[in-house]
Amino acid sequence: MSFRNNSVKLILYLALFVGVVVFLTPFLYMVAVALTRATRIMPYPPILFPRNPYFGNFAVVWSRNNFGRYFLNSVFLACSSTIVSFLVATTSAYSFARFQFPGKEMIFRFFLISMMVPGLLNIVPQFVMIKFFRLVNTYTGLLLLYSSTGVAFQTFFLRGFFEIIPREMEESIRLDGGSRFTIYRYIMLPLSTPALATLAIFTFSASWDEFFLALTFIKSEWKRTLPIAIRLFQQQYGTEWGLVFAASLIAIIPIITIFVVFQKRFIRGELTTGAVKF
Amino acid sequence: MQKSTNRKRVSSSRIQKGAQQWKEVIPYLLPGLFLFALFVLFPFFFNLYISFSEYNIMPGAEKPFVGFANYVKAFTDRKVGLSFRNTVLYSLVTVPGQMVLGILVAVFLNSIGRGKILFRTLYYIPVITSWIVVSLIFRYLFESGKAGLINYFALRLLGIKPISWLQNTWTANFVIWSLGIWKGIGWVMVVFLAGLQSVPKILYEAAEIDGAGFWDRFFKITLPLLQPVLFFLFVNLLIGSFNVFIQVLVITDGGPLGTTEVLLSYMYKNAFSFFEFGYASAQSVLMGIAIVAITFTTRRFFRAEVYEL
Repeated sequence: MSFRNNSVKLILYLALFVGVVVFLTPFLYMVAVALTRATRIMPYPPILFPRNPYFGNFAVVWSRNNFGRYFLNSVFLACSSTIVSFLVATTSAYSFARFQFPGKEMIFRFFLISMMVPGLLNIVPQFVMIKFFRLVNTYTGLLLLYSSTGVAFQTFFLRGFFEIIPREMEESIRLDGGSRFTIYRYIMLPLSTPALATLAIFTFSASWDEFFLALTFIKSEWKRTLPIAIRLFQQQYGTEWGLVFAASLIAIIPIITIFVVFQKRFIRGELTTGAVKF
Repeated sequence: MQKSTNRKRVSSSRIQKGAQQWKEVIPYLLPGLFLFALFVLFPFFFNLYISFSEYNIMPGAEKPFVGFANYVKAFTDRKVGLSFRNTVLYSLVTVPGQMVLGILVAVFLNSIGRGKILFRTLYYIPVITSWIVVSLIFRYLFESGKAGLINYFALRLLGIKPISWLQNTWTANFVIWSLGIWKGIGWVMVVFLAGLQSVPKILYEAAEIDGAGFWDRFFKITLPLLQPVLFFLFVNLLIGSFNVFIQVLVITDGGPLGTTEVLLSYMYKNAFSFFEFGYASAQSVLMGIAIVAITFTTRRFFRAEVYEL
């Protein structure tokens, strides 16, 4: 029995290992290309393990191709949109979790329906509006769009967490004459830190990776964020894949690091939404 | 007489109460609701308006009302048909692909002890990597000529001559689909793994005593019990699959000859390459209606199934 069990386990490990190797080869290849000195034609056979890793590509993209600048732009935009979304989403979720008012569930249903439809379908009217407000080529315009398109999901996500906080906790505050704001500030926020952290990671990486709005609304070169900078760089230097992938690695390493550091919390948080709500 | 004044009093007090409640909630509700109404809800209607005109973005330019002309155009445009076909095919291929492979990995992972977290992290990496980057990687993996990595392995391991992946409609679509599946497996795995924790261990033990094998247990216990999780995965993946765009833009840009175009990429091109805002809006409206209809139908269908159990 145990022999059979062990052999089954061995097969499972083997399958998972082979799977992971196949699965991660694309990444390995990207790293290998980024660490190889650029040549006019593709090396044959393809290099998966560069013998003398060459870091020049990173230096070239970082300084000569302004990726240092784009990196800072992305950091700025992702941080500010995380902060704005935090304020908007926590208050919005609080009002759905702890208030009664006419039309509440109807508004919430609008939120849910909007989550089904690709946000990009609104890009034409959004463009006309942002142009009307004279916010084309500004981070303000992008921030407005990022936080408004995120509101529905974030409210939906946080409402569930806020609702499971026991109401008894608020009683003492109410008896002491504390206001709604006291409850929001000293009960809701502190007690849902794990959910808030998860949401912060979501929001940060979503705006860090956001592509089409930035592509459509940012016109000047020095305002570019990493995703569009990478895309335009690849169109311009199509054959220099070493440089393209060095730039790509600069863009994805922060997100992967954040994820690996917070992964336990991240995954658990993400799941609760699914399990509780749908 | 008496009654009607009573009713009036009741309804007016109800209105008062409602107003009072709104007064209390408004400081918290307003920021989110305002942003949502302005940049998400209003654009839906604005889209409709634009779609009935020949919209010109220049300030002060005329925006003549053209009735259903943009819609008629959409229904007769061969490229809309092509993009529709490709979008539907993308859903049909990638949704089951992600589900089957992701569930398989989850079940395997759930049966091993040590190394579970490491494997889970590794399988999840594509999910959190930016679309633009993974699309570039796939484009490079499927580079034509013998030096492309996929072509190299195909030649060395299977003896297949180098394929020009991106120059043919179906091989190019294949590349786009593989990327879609590869990127989503990790997410399915994580959700299904969580679902698996909720299945009582005792059921498996009882089945094992009765001599049920690995696959028996999977098909007769796991899948039926996790039907709600399957439903959740399916609806989310389906909605997600309608967002297909960035991978097409980067890998083929719709080529060869526009035969890999999807709805969003064609709409975006009409708007921001050809500046046909009215036409692009009409396409958006049609796609929005189709997606809401499809999602509601599948939800209803699946919910009925789940309850029957």
